[in-house]
Amino acid sequence: MDKDFEAVIGLEIHAQLKTRTKIFCTCSAIFGGEPNSDTCPVCLGLPGALPVLNKEVVSMATKAALALNLHINHESIFARKNYFYPDLPKGYQISQYDRPFSERGWVEIPTSERDEQGRAVEWKKKRFHITRLHIEEDAGKSIHDGMPQSATKSYVNLNRSGVPLVEIVSEPDFRSSWEAYDYVQYLRKTLLYAGVCDGNMEEGSLRCDANVSVRLRGAEKFGTKAEIKNLNSFRFLQKALDYEIDRQIKTIKEGGKITQETRLWNDKEGKTYVMRSKEEAHDYRYFPEPDLPPLTVSTQYIEDISQHLPELPEARRERLQHLYELTMEESMLLTQTKEMADYYEQVTEASGNARLAANWVLSELLRELKNAGKEITECPVTARDFGDLVKLIADNTISGKMGKEVFEKMFQTGKSPQLLIEELGLKQITDPAEIESIVKTVVAANPKQFEQYKQGKQALFGFFVGQVMKASQGKVNPQLTNDILKKILDA
Amino acid sequence: MSITRQDVEKIAALANLALTEEEIQTFTVQLSSIVSYVEKMNELDTTDVEPMSHSTLSGDTSYTRREDDPKPSLGADLALSNAPDSGDGHFKVPKVIG
Repeated sequence: MDKDFEAVIGLEIHAQLKTRTKIFCTCSAIFGGEPNSDTCPVCLGLPGALPVLNKEVVSMATKAALALNLHINHESIFARKNYFYPDLPKGYQISQYDRPFSERGWVEIPTSERDEQGRAVEWKKKRFHITRLHIEEDAGKSIHDGMPQSATKSYVNLNRSGVPLVEIVSEPDFRSSWEAYDYVQYLRKTLLYAGVCDGNMEEGSLRCDANVSVRLRGAEKFGTKAEIKNLNSFRFLQKALDYEIDRQIKTIKEGGKITQETRLWNDKEGKTYVMRSKEEAHDYRYFPEPDLPPLTVSTQYIEDISQHLPELPEARRERLQHLYELTMEESMLLTQTKEMADYYEQVTEASGNARLAANWVLSELLRELKNAGKEITECPVTARDFGDLVKLIADNTISGKMGKEVFEKMFQTGKSPQLLIEELGLKQITDPAEIESIVKTVVAANPKQFEQYKQGKQALFGFFVGQVMKASQGKVNPQLTNDILKKILDA
Repeated sequence: MSITRQDVEKIAALANLALTEEEIQTFTVQLSSIVSYVEKMNELDTTDVEPMSHSTLSGDTSYTRREDDPKPSLGADLALSNAPDSGDGHFKVPKVIG
């Protein structure tokens, strides 16, 4: 980014709540049914159908709001947002407008710019403010390509019509694409921890729009903003923002003007392009939804729910970092999901060695999971068994190298480390007397090399280590072997 | 307040309605008379009255919220049966984005 300019970014996140049914009717809200099969008069917008609010939506919205430090209004109202589009069968979306469910929240999270290789430069904590979180219904899905008559028709699937959403609107607090990236990552993590959204961006459970403008560094007034849509992956989000920031700076430096418009990210071309001009766009004519009473939540209700919220990602990350003396990166990776953090803490507890547990979880476990295409929840190795393995490595029963072999087998078979060490005959030899007898045999079998060593050819030390390893099939403890070998050779 | 021809044209555009010249004139008169009728309420002094968006009592949620239990839906065939145009399990509409 040009040093004279700074970017101003605000984000709107739409998150699907993972209820079983839709927000205002009893149709299934689960993704992936046959097109238009999960529909009824309410979500098809048939005349006379009336909405009834799903209790679970209120409960999940409350969890999300609390997790983001939002102030929940005891009374909020639903409003009709009127616009005309084929995937919105009623001609209006039931949303919230001037009295939203919750307002004035924040998150305080680590964020960092990234170098060319994508590595974090320096993590710093920063507070980002959240304007509001409100409840609304999703629209259906329009398909414009790939159908038999796509040349002349758009196809509409209304399964998604009426799926519950929360819209989370941030303040224009982000000054770079990476700040925005870190914030959306954190928001996703928080919603997952709170158990209210599955966070799947490809399936559209989490969608992101960004408002982007640039201004001269130090200027107070915001520049004209462009809205960017279609940011349906973290990579897209970051790339699209960087592209848009550069485009705006370039335009201004060349004496041009930024127009207020909606732009779409096209990943194939690596560009944003204009979708439609904002001027001719929407006049939503919001008004209170007469078919739904005001949404009330009591202090007692909010308190009951707050007691069931888990420890939130940043609090947990900080606790783990300090308690187990982890680096920022380690603590971030280990708290990526609640399940990962639970697993790590269980391994730590079972092994009594937080440092070694972190190393093994972050290297061996993550690699095996990635290779197998598995989530931590599908991990074939129990945290208990993993903890036992770490313990066996820590007390030198087996070497780190053997540990890797054992872990791979554990991952393949689900067997305990003790059983596998037995089966593979891998137990490390740590008895000094036993090692000494192997060393003596090896030295006696190589008199020529022993003689040369004695005459000062120190490099032959490595040769003897190798021979001892070979003789013991790699089972001797390396440190002890070194010590004993030195003692005998130098005697 | 009376409704102008521009108001009617704007409302029609927002609703994607193509109105004839005759309809525009009719609706301008009709909408004006509806709005004037409702405006009669402005004669009341509401200085000390709290704004109210709904006539229902708030607070009692027992009859206004339901459990998160799925019930059978209509299914695609029935859902599509009233559609002017459908195919491949979808509603079909004139192409929206070219």
